[in-house]
Amino acid sequence: MNIKYIAKKTGTLIITLLIVSFLSFLAFQIIPGDAALSKLGTAATAEKAEALRQEMGLNQPVLVRYGRWLADFVRGDMGTSYSYSMPVREMIGSKLPITLAITMISFLMILILSVPLGLLAGKHEGKSLDRALTVVNQIVMSVPGFFLGILITYLFGLVLKWFVPGGYISYTESFSGFLIYLIPPCIAIALPKCAMGVKMLRGSVIQELQSDYVRTAISRGCRENTVLYRHVLRNALIPVLTFWAMTIADIVAGSIIIEQVFTIPGLGTMLITSISNRDYPVVQCIIVLIAGLVVIVNFIVDLLYRRIDPRITGQ
Amino acid sequence: MKRKERNYNLILGGCLAALMIAFMVVGLFYTPYDPDAMSGPSKFAGPSLQHLFGCDHFGRDIFSRVLTGSGTTFFVAVSTIVIGGGIGTLAGAFTGYFGGWLDEILMRINDAVASFPSILLALVFISILGPGKYNVILALGVIFIPSFARIVRSEFISNKEKDYVKSARLMGASHVRIMFVHILPNVVPTLLSAIAIGFNNAVLAEAGMSYLGIGVQPPDASLGRMLAESQTYLSRAPWCAVFPGLTVILLVLGFGLLSDGLQKGRGSVSCWR
Repeated sequence: MNIKYIAKKTGTLIITLLIVSFLSFLAFQIIPGDAALSKLGTAATAEKAEALRQEMGLNQPVLVRYGRWLADFVRGDMGTSYSYSMPVREMIGSKLPITLAITMISFLMILILSVPLGLLAGKHEGKSLDRALTVVNQIVMSVPGFFLGILITYLFGLVLKWFVPGGYISYTESFSGFLIYLIPPCIAIALPKCAMGVKMLRGSVIQELQSDYVRTAISRGCRENTVLYRHVLRNALIPVLTFWAMTIADIVAGSIIIEQVFTIPGLGTMLITSISNRDYPVVQCIIVLIAGLVVIVNFIVDLLYRRIDPRITGQ
Repeated sequence: MKRKERNYNLILGGCLAALMIAFMVVGLFYTPYDPDAMSGPSKFAGPSLQHLFGCDHFGRDIFSRVLTGSGTTFFVAVSTIVIGGGIGTLAGAFTGYFGGWLDEILMRINDAVASFPSILLALVFISILGPGKYNVILALGVIFIPSFARIVRSEFISNKEKDYVKSARLMGASHVRIMFVHILPNVVPTLLSAIAIGFNNAVLAEAGMSYLGIGVQPPDASLGRMLAESQTYLSRAPWCAVFPGLTVILLVLGFGLLSDGLQKGRGSVSCWR
């Protein structure tokens, strides 16, 4: 991988991040009623609002305000929450690890489950094992994550009593307890995505199995499994990689809902509460963070893509 | 010649989707009980012949509520597809057919929007517009434009170089006529499959947002909201959660299979012509 390519991609990354943050900034500028009015609440008079607007710099052009906001954001000053009068940074800082933990555990689950199952289904294409997997897949894919969460709560929480629904344990209290409580919600997020992953990998494996190099390898006397793991898997994973990148974004989005199902006080719960309270600085900050995460993950996958598949020339 | 294999996805998906649509259409005109009528004695009544799906914490008949709730979901999903699919098809047709700088700009925006999960974008819209059925439709509709535009665009690009377009051009057909009378019918199979996927995404997004309490608002019945309410009484009345959830699953399953079947059938359709 050459340095020029990385530099070019990094440039694109920075531009994309700027565009995304500007759009998110702009989106929250068109809301009727401005920050000054929201801050004053019922005590607002025309003069007071005007004075506060001057003080907060709301009368300046959009680009100037965006520049100031971005400079503050990068330095770690993410504004102050309307509802809690607390720095947004402090509020988000304690929630971020929770959502990150959920994302990582779910992603690991997807990897661990979907790769072997996808290979298995692709290898036995058309046989009963593959057919059974495909049927199960199709059904699991149709289950909305939050309903799966409710089903898991009912079956494993209320009937089998394997965990206490709503009994969230903070990571500051007991880290292992925290991780264990996260397992059921992560399953609820991971299973539908996992089914999609299996479907994609299966298709990809079937396509690769028809290529010439597989026939060559088999005719040279390679064992079927050797061909499958050494040659086919590597090539079959290339298209699936993009899917995985998208999955990370989907997991973060899915966790917004799943956190509600399992009453986990993560970023998602805070986002929903802030939307209901019209606490725009918090909403804006969370949106920008998640959007930034998505852009950065896509950047990393782009680089990985080149590394795995040298045929891609970066055009 | 290879015997034409039966497209089970298409058959099964079509049947299931038709069944669910019929279910929802019935819900628009007829429900066995008033979906909002509360009744003390039938509070938490289990599924029985009188109340097929049981009753909820207010003694409301769940079957009737599922019927009207899926009607709402259907309305939201179809409106979303009309907005997103309509504008997306137009945008994709023009950009794909004419190309140029407008195409370049629109596609860059498309790429940016497409990489974000739709529920997150919908949340941004809702936090600006406020909750409610029509805002959900507007938000989802706008969000779905890029995916349709991209699919239609790529089809138009591959079709515009074909001989039938050139001969139509030679015969003096206008660009607009070529786009909508000649090329569009060839795009329909792909478009149908995209519509089925879009419909599913709309159903899931609507259910998710209503579950979060920022989608469809009462008095409109909604499957997502029913699921949210059912969670409090999950140990006492699991049927409050099971039936609305099952309805969503069957709906998504039906349209998912339909879309798969349409994609698979596409190759054979062009072969048989």
